[in-house]
Amino acid sequence: MAERKTIRKWFWVWDFEKEERWLNEMAMQGWILAEVGFCRYVFEKGEPGSYIIRLQMRSPDAEYLGFMEELGAEYVGRVFQWIYFRRSAEQGPFEIFSDTKSMLDHLNWIGRMLLAIGMANLLIGVVNCFNYSPVGAINILCATLLMYALGRIHGKAEQLERQQELYE
Amino acid sequence: MSNELALTESTYYILLSLYEPQHGYGIMQKTEQLSGGRVRLAAGTLYGALNSMTEKGWIRLLPGEDGSRRKEYCLTEQGLFVLRNELDRLKELVYNGETVMGGKENG
Repeated sequence: MAERKTIRKWFWVWDFEKEERWLNEMAMQGWILAEVGFCRYVFEKGEPGSYIIRLQMRSPDAEYLGFMEELGAEYVGRVFQWIYFRRSAEQGPFEIFSDTKSMLDHLNWIGRMLLAIGMANLLIGVVNCFNYSPVGAINILCATLLMYALGRIHGKAEQLERQQELYE
Repeated sequence: MSNELALTESTYYILLSLYEPQHGYGIMQKTEQLSGGRVRLAAGTLYGALNSMTEKGWIRLLPGEDGSRRKEYCLTEQGLFVLRNELDRLKELVYNGETVMGGKENG
């Protein structure tokens, strides 16, 4: 079995492109993503640059994973709704999105998730605060952070929308 | 149902690729080949587009062959109509461009 190593690392949700870049830098060094967990990445030793890694937030239904497999993309694993794929570099460039519309759909999906979790935290936080529960403050803090994340994702979407005014 | 809006480049090439039945990978290859390598459809984008076009009735899934998990798609009458309309629109764009600019490209 190939040599393996585990790295514990943390990325903010709006830094998913940075995370993807890092995973591809690891692959360029011969460390190919093999498993994912919460803030945990397991790599196995392989040929440097032999794989391209992509991630996407989406519900991981079997039909989609099957379609990806048909196109040569291996499902590495998922953390919450983040799905990690890898594809052999021999098959050429590997991307999940190739037009502005689908990139925007992706960002909007992330936004909706953040909003839903954020609102839930806010609601629970307010209820907890009324009940003088100390957990309330933590919920409110989570909600604030999630709303900040939503703002960052929204900013990315706006940038794409501006581009879409002139280009497809 | 006619559509007055312009198709996106991805939509146009997917429909064009489906002039003959193809599976997902075939659509990607055909598009890349037709555009001389310029247009590369990404997996997620293609998946989303195939689903919306199926919903709209522009394409449909062919009944699967035994032993094959690969899904094959083909153009419907409506899809062909949309594609023809788009081709007419594109011809108009080219015609107008050439008329105004003299049909010559300045090197």
